[in-house]
Amino acid sequence: MTSDSINTYGENLDALGASAPLTEQQRQALDTVDKARKTPDVDQPWAALGMKADEYEAVRKILDRRPTGSELAMYSVMWSEHCSYKSSKVHLRQFGEKTTPAMQEHLLVGIGENAGVVDIGQGWAVTFKVESHNHPSYVEPYQGAATGVGGIVRDIISMGARPVAVMDPLRFGALDHPDTHRVLPGIVAGVGGYGNCLGLPNIGGEVSFDPCYQGNPLVNALAVGTLRHEDIHLANARGNGNLVVLFGARTGGDGIGGASILASDTFTEGGPTKRPAVQVGDPFAEKVLIECCLDLFKADVVQGIQDLGAAGLSCAFSELASNGDGGMLVHLDRAPLRDSTLAPEEILMSESQERMMAVVTPEDLPGFLAITTRWDVEATVMGEVTETGRLVVLWHGETIVDVPPRSVAHDGPVYDRPYARPDWMDVRQAAVPDLLPRPQNDTELGELVVTMAGTPNLASRSWVTDQYDRYVQGNTAQAMPDDAGVLRVDESSGLGVAIATDCNQRFAALDPYTGAQLALAEAYRNVGVAGGRPLAVTDCLNFGSPEDPAVMWQFAEAVRGLADGCQQLGIPVTGGNVSLYNQTGTTAIHPTPVVGVLGVLQDVARRTPSGWKAPGAQLFLLGTTRAEFSGSEWAWSQHEHLGGLPPAVDLEAERALASVMATAADEGLVFAAHDLSDGGLAQALVEASLRHGVGASVSLDAALERDGVDAFTLLFAESTARAVVAVKPEAVEQFTQACAGNGVPLVELGTTGGDSLAVAGRFSLTLDELRASHEATLPAALNA
Amino acid sequence: MRIGVVTFPGSLDDRDAVRAVRIAGGTPVSLWHDDADIKGVDAVVLPGGFSYGDYLRCGAIARFSPVMNEIIRLAGPPDQVSSGLPVLGICNGFQVLTESHLLPGALVRNEKQQFICRDQKLRIERTSTAWTNGYAEGQEIVIPLKNGEGGFIADESTLDRLEGEGRVVARYLDVNPNGSRRDIAGISNASGTVVGLMPHPEHATEAGYGPEANNGTDGLAFFTSALQGVLSA
Repeated sequence: MTSDSINTYGENLDALGASAPLTEQQRQALDTVDKARKTPDVDQPWAALGMKADEYEAVRKILDRRPTGSELAMYSVMWSEHCSYKSSKVHLRQFGEKTTPAMQEHLLVGIGENAGVVDIGQGWAVTFKVESHNHPSYVEPYQGAATGVGGIVRDIISMGARPVAVMDPLRFGALDHPDTHRVLPGIVAGVGGYGNCLGLPNIGGEVSFDPCYQGNPLVNALAVGTLRHEDIHLANARGNGNLVVLFGARTGGDGIGGASILASDTFTEGGPTKRPAVQVGDPFAEKVLIECCLDLFKADVVQGIQDLGAAGLSCAFSELASNGDGGMLVHLDRAPLRDSTLAPEEILMSESQERMMAVVTPEDLPGFLAITTRWDVEATVMGEVTETGRLVVLWHGETIVDVPPRSVAHDGPVYDRPYARPDWMDVRQAAVPDLLPRPQNDTELGELVVTMAGTPNLASRSWVTDQYDRYVQGNTAQAMPDDAGVLRVDESSGLGVAIATDCNQRFAALDPYTGAQLALAEAYRNVGVAGGRPLAVTDCLNFGSPEDPAVMWQFAEAVRGLADGCQQLGIPVTGGNVSLYNQTGTTAIHPTPVVGVLGVLQDVARRTPSGWKAPGAQLFLLGTTRAEFSGSEWAWSQHEHLGGLPPAVDLEAERALASVMATAADEGLVFAAHDLSDGGLAQALVEASLRHGVGASVSLDAALERDGVDAFTLLFAESTARAVVAVKPEAVEQFTQACAGNGVPLVELGTTGGDSLAVAGRFSLTLDELRASHEATLPAALNA
Repeated sequence: MRIGVVTFPGSLDDRDAVRAVRIAGGTPVSLWHDDADIKGVDAVVLPGGFSYGDYLRCGAIARFSPVMNEIIRLAGPPDQVSSGLPVLGICNGFQVLTESHLLPGALVRNEKQQFICRDQKLRIERTSTAWTNGYAEGQEIVIPLKNGEGGFIADESTLDRLEGEGRVVARYLDVNPNGSRRDIAGISNASGTVVGLMPHPEHATEAGYGPEANNGTDGLAFFTSALQGVLSA
């Protein structure tokens, strides 16, 4: 297709790839707007498409007639929980309402677009977002996970940014459970296979095991992109007469799910029946699409852009129109297909991957097509922007959709579902871990340190992370197993970002409000400890069924907690995703509000790594330790105990800690710092020692005396707002003063060095035995 | 000195190779797969990635691109002793070189069937090449390795010939990450102008962004070697 054969839109259908005219039989079977007016009483499969009776009635009211099959397809998929947020919307509003003007200072694009955009200075902006792909990954682990990465990366591209990294918070059932073995290798290979092939470094994430995820693995994927302020693009279709161009992969029958019900209603003879519900990814096509989009942005030939993800063309047409001038006329039969037998309903709902839609002026079209041709990317003019206020879809000249686009994209149903704190929370919170057996002497304490280093949740993740490329693009300053991923954004100044994602689902199970804040606190701390100044938040809220008032209560509490926490820390939620119905039968997963925090570093060369590389550094413990074991890794891994109230949140203390660590990084006061979270002080010391094979000699006495706790508590409690810091000997006084100035308690622990972790007067563990425990667990379970 | 870096659709480490050339002090020149004009460059890097999606077989489609036809012509037959255009194929680039028959053997799926990314120790065994003359013979270096299909194979007589002619450029130390025969990480043509290497020197050229070991710059000499060689030629 040459660019000059279609510089006048709509007059050369052959050149646009229009298919053969409909046969008379096909025309008669086609459900058009005309037919819908004449046959108001046709029985429609709204229930099978997941719509409620009142939702179907609402559509009829909006249209003042019954919807056509294609319209029903669009409404059903756009009004689904996944696309419309109908159960969560009333709660999610808090993220906007609790964002103060001060918090918006660095926000260039907020919630509602494909991804939020944050100003990081020097004219640079960063866009980042985390999304779920849980259910597809359960059904088909490799493709589900792969297309999860693909989808979030397209969100980043559609903001006008170059994708620069991915992260993957993953949650599985118990490590030794057969379902974990069924899904984990495929999910990890899928995340790696797709991300590696896109040339995106994987710089962090999580791998967590808990029986609550058996049958409901959580695959969340975060992507980060960078752009100059002036390069921001938005998803809207403006400018009467501007062209709507679909480009990228062809549309196939994958990811259709319920639409085939409609298809089999309208096309019975020789047509497709049931279609696969999980999409199939082609990372090569996406890589080419990324480079193609970046060239399009550079040539300034794109007015508006939208990626095709959930709900495919239904979403792209209706959202672009709704966000823009409000009208659009498209010829659906021009869509290039992989399977020529697809019905219009299926084409509208297909979730085929690696597709984008752009709004282009007629003058820019030749330039646009020259670039897509250079990248061998197929591009098709589907129609144009109009001022009619209607989204009109034609199929071989027949009108099959004629709707107000806003009613599809934004004015879907909103449910304020009943929620109530379940009575069993009382039982759960009353079951404190105080009486669980503890180590009886220092020898047992030392043995516990070794054992804990190898629990499924604390053991080395390298079996997983070694399958991810962390080097590509050459800007990865820090990746797993460090606390936060750190990326250089500007190669001349060293300006960059630190990102961490966290959630302790056990804490959230004990108290969803506090649990969400603890997830925020941990991600914030990880970014802060690495030397980043936290700027923005993204979240992926994974919960059970919203129709269960107990789950809905967990959700409402978690959102409230997160929104309050963000307000207190002064960093806005810029976007994210909600995944509901993560449950098997009546058993929901633990509430799992995964929080990603992004911070900025003026020069990533000054970041603080989480392990010490050399002997002779002074070790300090920052923060205060209390006897907080409820929901801890110790209680769970050693006693399968989950009860009580989670550790207290102290966001002011987190802010003070992050402030000290930012100063320490800027002024070069420290060699290393590791936040304390799962597994407490013991695990932090183990990880920081194993990181570069340099041990430590510590004494607990000063901390024990100050905090009034015993050695077991100091080593394994999971109190928040703490970090272990390896301070440069010559900077001890300056660092101490920085802590005092910010009100951060600090106590001396000892020094780095040697080939063991020695706790004075109690035990000494060789790094070899710690490493053996730490590194054996995942390979032993997963290579079996 | 101008060193070309080819971009195929699906190339991933092309921008990294460009950066490495620049850090080494050379002038990087971007070359496009569909354009036979290599712009008079003094040497060429075929970067890592998944050219053309690596469909069919890694490097099998890239080998037929216009730019490769020209590079194959200028590089000369693999056994010729006089020197042709210096070419470094890294990872996918190594695969393209074997598919092009500029180098013998083939790269197959990793022994453990998984993609692997690790900081890999190597021993440089041949320094009389356009790309390794800046190393000392026997020098041990650490650079990133990241591949899914990096196992080097060839029949025994080819392997014997490569060893006999001193054409094994680098060997894996400590861990053989992908099941390569005789721990081979990289080989060269007879004249030493064309080198294929599975690990990634371009990811170890800048302190702070490469492996922890040795400041993370052990790979830089691949690029400074080329400049040296080009200068003395």
